[in-house]
Amino acid sequence: MPQSALPVRTRFATGAGLAVAGLSRRLGAGEGSVIGGRVVLAVDPGALERLAAGRTIALVSGTNGKTTTTRMLAAAMETQGGVVTNSTGANLLSGLVTTLARGAAEAPAVLEADEGLLPKAVAELHPTVVLLLNLSRDQLDRIGEVRIHAQRWRAALESSPSTTVVANADDPLVVWAAGLARQVTWVGTGQRWRLDAYSCPNCGEKIEWTDEGTWACTNCSLARPVPQLTLDGEDVVLADGRRLRLDLKLPGWPNRANAVMAAAGAEVLGVDVVDGLRGVGTVSHVAGRYQVVSVGGARVRLLLAKNPAGWAEALELIRPAPMPVVVGINARIPDGRDPSWLWDVPFERLRGRLVIATGDRGRDLAVRLRYAGVEHRFVEGYAAAVRATGADDIDLAANYTSFQDARRELARA
Amino acid sequence: MPESTLTIALLYPELLGTYGDGGNATVLAERLRWRGVDADVLTLGAGDTVPTSCDIYLMGGGEDGPQALAARELSESGALHTAVDNGAVVFGTCAGIQVLGHEFANPDGSSHPGLGLLDVRTVRGTGRRAIGELLAEPMVDGLPTLTGFENHGAVTHLGPGVKPLGRVVHGVGNGGGDGSEGAVSGHILATYMHGPALARNPALADLLLSWVVGDMKPLDDSEVDELRAERLRFVKRGRWRRNR
Repeated sequence: MPQSALPVRTRFATGAGLAVAGLSRRLGAGEGSVIGGRVVLAVDPGALERLAAGRTIALVSGTNGKTTTTRMLAAAMETQGGVVTNSTGANLLSGLVTTLARGAAEAPAVLEADEGLLPKAVAELHPTVVLLLNLSRDQLDRIGEVRIHAQRWRAALESSPSTTVVANADDPLVVWAAGLARQVTWVGTGQRWRLDAYSCPNCGEKIEWTDEGTWACTNCSLARPVPQLTLDGEDVVLADGRRLRLDLKLPGWPNRANAVMAAAGAEVLGVDVVDGLRGVGTVSHVAGRYQVVSVGGARVRLLLAKNPAGWAEALELIRPAPMPVVVGINARIPDGRDPSWLWDVPFERLRGRLVIATGDRGRDLAVRLRYAGVEHRFVEGYAAAVRATGADDIDLAANYTSFQDARRELARA
Repeated sequence: MPESTLTIALLYPELLGTYGDGGNATVLAERLRWRGVDADVLTLGAGDTVPTSCDIYLMGGGEDGPQALAARELSESGALHTAVDNGAVVFGTCAGIQVLGHEFANPDGSSHPGLGLLDVRTVRGTGRRAIGELLAEPMVDGLPTLTGFENHGAVTHLGPGVKPLGRVVHGVGNGGGDGSEGAVSGHILATYMHGPALARNPALADLLLSWVVGDMKPLDDSEVDELRAERLRFVKRGRWRRNR
């Protein structure tokens, strides 16, 4: 609906919120999305639902790949016209509100939603499509159990009959979460992380996997659905048998999986898969991920990994030994305050090279690396850590707030 | 030393290893190898036959559904009971302490039978979930301050058949109002600390190992000492802030 069709209260609320967001940006306090959104919601608690009314909305959620997939889906949609999107990863309620208030009133919105926010976002935004990427252990100090997310998603999607879900068929938690949705497009992503889905989310009994990657509960009827789109190596195979080559600027399996999810989401919104994939292929780096920064003559490629599943993938992307690596670990609230997950990550794969451990919890990592038999040193500060490698070309992998710190500090170095 | 190679059984890490507890097996095995003792880690999944001949059995923290599945498999096979009768060492964290006891709580609050290897009973807590740094003064000789991270909603009550592992200085621990943390009985030791517990508390790791191999030469744990000092400082700083 045009902005003028919004109730006076919502118009006033968004005006005030965007003014505050602009002020926050000018003061250098950040993007302003969070504070602006909070002001809007304080003035008009129903603003989210009203800002969304009449708009085509796509939501993207999951443990890993949200920001990248949101960017890819937006790029696929942009082949057809303008979109509104929270590309900076402001994925909580306040960020969603600011994004919608800032953007053109009629443009479709492609929004990343935090896993915990998704049920509320589904209920208030009435999305046309919801992409469910994956669910695995992350920030366990905050939510307690990963299954609670799956349960809440399932209930929210059951109550949203107009929504089509695009869901990862290779993640049993996601399949169960999408199980009561009216329309589902299943995507075979070839996900390899299974540590969080050994027991069935539906009945608690054991899930069995075959060598071909299919899975089924040994007790109830939960099983891998037949996907309409399947990632097969560098190709995506469609239901009609067509095989399309992925041409991406972003590296690795996780980004190929994100790309297929995004193309499937765009198709639900009326974008042909071929066009969608062309848009997806234009995405180069997303909020600093995979960006190369120069630090005193050294080229440092930045990789983000937030949890064991993400790290398992990041370790595959890190260039081979003997190239040294800097690994940064924090455990602030957005990271989860408990870094025990370091022991779920196969850091043994970094043997044969020097690893510099840094970040608030670099000492936890140092102990982990000691037991992994990896040569390492703890160095405080990201620029100092990069220098300590003594190399000209390195990868720096870090978890969420450590990644942000590294980006900020290395930009100044 | 009973055998030339020690075997450490990691029980159902896919069911019980939610918080990196598999790391405890790595820590035990490496600390043996660094001292020239061969060690194997045997990872046992749901449905696998649990051997009765291992030297040390580890059970980690888990989510409610998988935890009940693990308790059922172990009580049907009786393998852990036989191993304990033969003198094996058992170390349980979080869900581990719950499964080792007489009973624990299902998600709906009803009671699920445990293995009865520890004289403890676990019920659903009524307050907030216990999440955060856990610090305890040990009640077992020869251990320094114990440090870890806890994350549990349940409350464990100790019976007369066990001693507490420690007295809570910071955090919640067993949560039954007696200020206790963990439980020890014979060669069965359980705690609410993960982190994992044995990485942060190498003396605790060595205590478990000494139950199998006897006295051992000390290792250079200076890197862990730095981590422990940092964690202890962090907790003290937080307490000071809260007390103001």
